[in-house]
Amino acid sequence: MSDIASRVKAIIVDKLGVDETEVAIEASFTNDLGADSLDTVELIMEFEKEFNIAIPDDQAENIGTVGAAISYIEENAK
Amino acid sequence: MELKRVVVTGLGTINPIGNNIAEYWESLKNGVSGSDKIRQFDASKFKTQFACEVKNFDPNAHFDRKEVRKLDLYAQYALIAANEAIEDAGFDLEAEDLTRAGVIWGSGIGGIKTFLDEVTGYANGDGTPRFSPFFIPKMISDIAAGHISMKYGFQGPNYGTVSACASSTHAMIDAMNYIRLGKADIFISGGSEASINEAGLGGFNSMQALSTNNDEYKEASRPFCKTRDGFVMGEGAGALILEEYEHAKARGAKIYAEIVGGGMSGDAYHLTATHPEGRGAINAMKMAISDANMQPEDLDYINVHGTSTPVGDIPELRAVKAVLGEHAYNVNISSTKSMTGHLLGAAGSVEAIASILAIKNSTVPPTINHREQDPEIDPKLNLTLHNAQERPIRAALSNTFGFGGHNASVIFKSFTE
Repeated sequence: MSDIASRVKAIIVDKLGVDETEVAIEASFTNDLGADSLDTVELIMEFEKEFNIAIPDDQAENIGTVGAAISYIEENAK
Repeated sequence: MELKRVVVTGLGTINPIGNNIAEYWESLKNGVSGSDKIRQFDASKFKTQFACEVKNFDPNAHFDRKEVRKLDLYAQYALIAANEAIEDAGFDLEAEDLTRAGVIWGSGIGGIKTFLDEVTGYANGDGTPRFSPFFIPKMISDIAAGHISMKYGFQGPNYGTVSACASSTHAMIDAMNYIRLGKADIFISGGSEASINEAGLGGFNSMQALSTNNDEYKEASRPFCKTRDGFVMGEGAGALILEEYEHAKARGAKIYAEIVGGGMSGDAYHLTATHPEGRGAINAMKMAISDANMQPEDLDYINVHGTSTPVGDIPELRAVKAVLGEHAYNVNISSTKSMTGHLLGAAGSVEAIASILAIKNSTVPPTINHREQDPEIDPKLNLTLHNAQERPIRAALSNTFGFGGHNASVIFKSFTE
């Protein structure tokens, strides 16, 4: 697992209060990990802070799974 | 139209002298002080370094980790007290029409710790706004009512009351009136507060409202005593289940007492000081007695606001004498804030519970920590000093007064069919 992937998963475990084993690549924040719309916003903000990036709202809307978050950050993190 | 009767069928609390109703009553009747050195943060630079904090509190024993992050402490206390009250009332929630069950919940300040943390985070940053999406819904002082409704599915009237230290008394009076008018059958009512933090303590310290008696912190909350020097901050929650009498009877509920009247008034006088002759207090008490269709002589106990401030205690006792006349010498008067400290927006709820338990147990909880008679206080008044006093209590009146001149009085009566 890449460094980015493990950091993303750690944030998800912390913010959504889920077990690490549930955080599969294809897992959806809302459908599989119990996040509501505010949780999702909070996750995006935590990713921005952790990786020092700015994720525009129209991009954030497409980040609905663990895998999508990792891919986006791998492409955009400095 | 004929008003419906309203009874109390469930109680719950978490407060500085008890983490549930049974513990609370044990401490009340034994005169236990809840005051101690502040543990929630380092208060060494503050003028006041003690408070009445909730003891042995572990949020993780009540909520999962995700819930804890979304609930300000004031909302956590609210849910804990509400849960005890709901369980105590013994509802079969599946069988209830939950559109006729509401929540009216008071908090003077709401999530001040959440506000402090979020704003501090912003101030310490580089100007980029990184406020949590939970900042606002954690902080606002109506959110406790929202959380309680979501937990139990209560879909009736739902809102928060804000009137500083009278908040939860206003909540109970509103809830009582909706039931009287037939608008609902059940309410979870009461209030919660959790403002023992840097901002809360610092703000009240600057107002010179708090006792600074750091040397005698255990006994600093001493209402009516000549040496009183301010109130002691408290925190926690009190929850009451108010229920329409026929509804309670039909399901065979246990009934603690009947809530029979409420009075509300404004001082229209000063930001923080009570009117010197207690005119707002007089009006609130008179209105409550009249609302209850009672006479002053029907009261046996008055749980006073009595915060232990130099300027507040005297006008309140003057007001009691003005309303009760000679009967003021027959009633027991006590300030349970001498034990719990001042729970601000939650004060009305925990003191209502004290009044109800006093009626039920025929025992008046004491005013502790009193040392020296204040020459401005009539020595013939029975302030229930030091020790609890046993007596039958037909009815009890509880006063709360808030900064802004908000006054609210509520009357509970021993239940008879």
